[in-house]
Amino acid sequence: MIRTDSRTTFRRVSRIALLLALVLGCLWLAGCQRGEDIPWRLTNVTGHMPDLDFRLVDDQGKAVSGKDYRGKVVLLYFGYTHCPDVCPLTLAQLHVVMQRLGPLADGARILFVSVDPARDTPPVMHAYVNAFDPRAVGLSGAPRDIESLSKRYRSAYTREPDKGDGQYEVSHSSAIYIFDRDGRARLLSTPGNAQDDLVHDLHLLLSLGGTAP
Amino acid sequence: MMARSTLALPLLTCLLWSTASLANQADHIRTSQAWIRVLPGDLPAGAYVTLENTGDQVASLQGASSLRYTSTMLHKSSTEGGMGRMEMVEHLDIPAHGKAELAPGGYHLMLMKAQAPVKVGDTVKLTLRFSDGSTQEADFIARPANATDATH
Repeated sequence: MIRTDSRTTFRRVSRIALLLALVLGCLWLAGCQRGEDIPWRLTNVTGHMPDLDFRLVDDQGKAVSGKDYRGKVVLLYFGYTHCPDVCPLTLAQLHVVMQRLGPLADGARILFVSVDPARDTPPVMHAYVNAFDPRAVGLSGAPRDIESLSKRYRSAYTREPDKGDGQYEVSHSSAIYIFDRDGRARLLSTPGNAQDDLVHDLHLLLSLGGTAP
Repeated sequence: MMARSTLALPLLTCLLWSTASLANQADHIRTSQAWIRVLPGDLPAGAYVTLENTGDQVASLQGASSLRYTSTMLHKSSTEGGMGRMEMVEHLDIPAHGKAELAPGGYHLMLMKAQAPVKVGDTVKLTLRFSDGSTQEADFIARPANATDATH
């Protein structure tokens, strides 16, 4: 009797263990499919930030929306052209990142959004972004449209007081927001992140593909 | 005649000695990696340089000027707290027998309103000004917008 009991218990335990393994396995696979197990090096913001959406004007003077960039991995960065140091440094570094990605970089777009639309007209933006990388697009537009995009990603910018000669600086968030080909917010890169980490994660994201063409 | 020359020699020595001690800061500064990031149109440009102080006293850079630009300011960028901002600074100290770097993302000279367009490859002369009033000229190479340092 005792022997039979322990056998039954053993069978029960092994059955439960098998079931548990199956459930865990399924969860692990599902997690993989949703990209939760990808070893990102940058800050993973998947599910924590809204999809890419805006109504702005590109550097050709054309009205564009977030949907126009579906199918591309998007690197969103706020700045302005009269910024002589940090913005050019960030864009120059992104150019190096794009070069390091090789042909894969054609699947990505750098969207440089001006927080100074009064001075950054489409022609100014066009000359500016093209001095950095052929895959960079300069976006400007109505101040309230820029503000709503900035608020959407909890980004901030402040126009500093005029220096007296009509020149002024604009302090702005220094993060780079990264979206996948379906326009979903995926990663956040800050100046503290190493360039290798940005290359690593973009390589992964560009290799993932997407549902959009 | 004889009296005059005996008087002139110590005077001259005294004058030379005092000039030498006055012009100390700039004399002990060696510049390297001097470059300018050229942006399209008439956008302000950042100028960068490494300053090495071979002297026994601290030297202090207060600013610069150039015939090619209407105004020049010593600035410092920071990205503290996730915000990119710029501030004007009064001076940048170069420690005795030490170095100070003006490099992207930190200290830089902001050059505004070029007299005539500065093209990539141009050499732009900047006059660096130190706290004792001494100056030193340095040649800055105009580099493309997407350069990351003096050579890349």
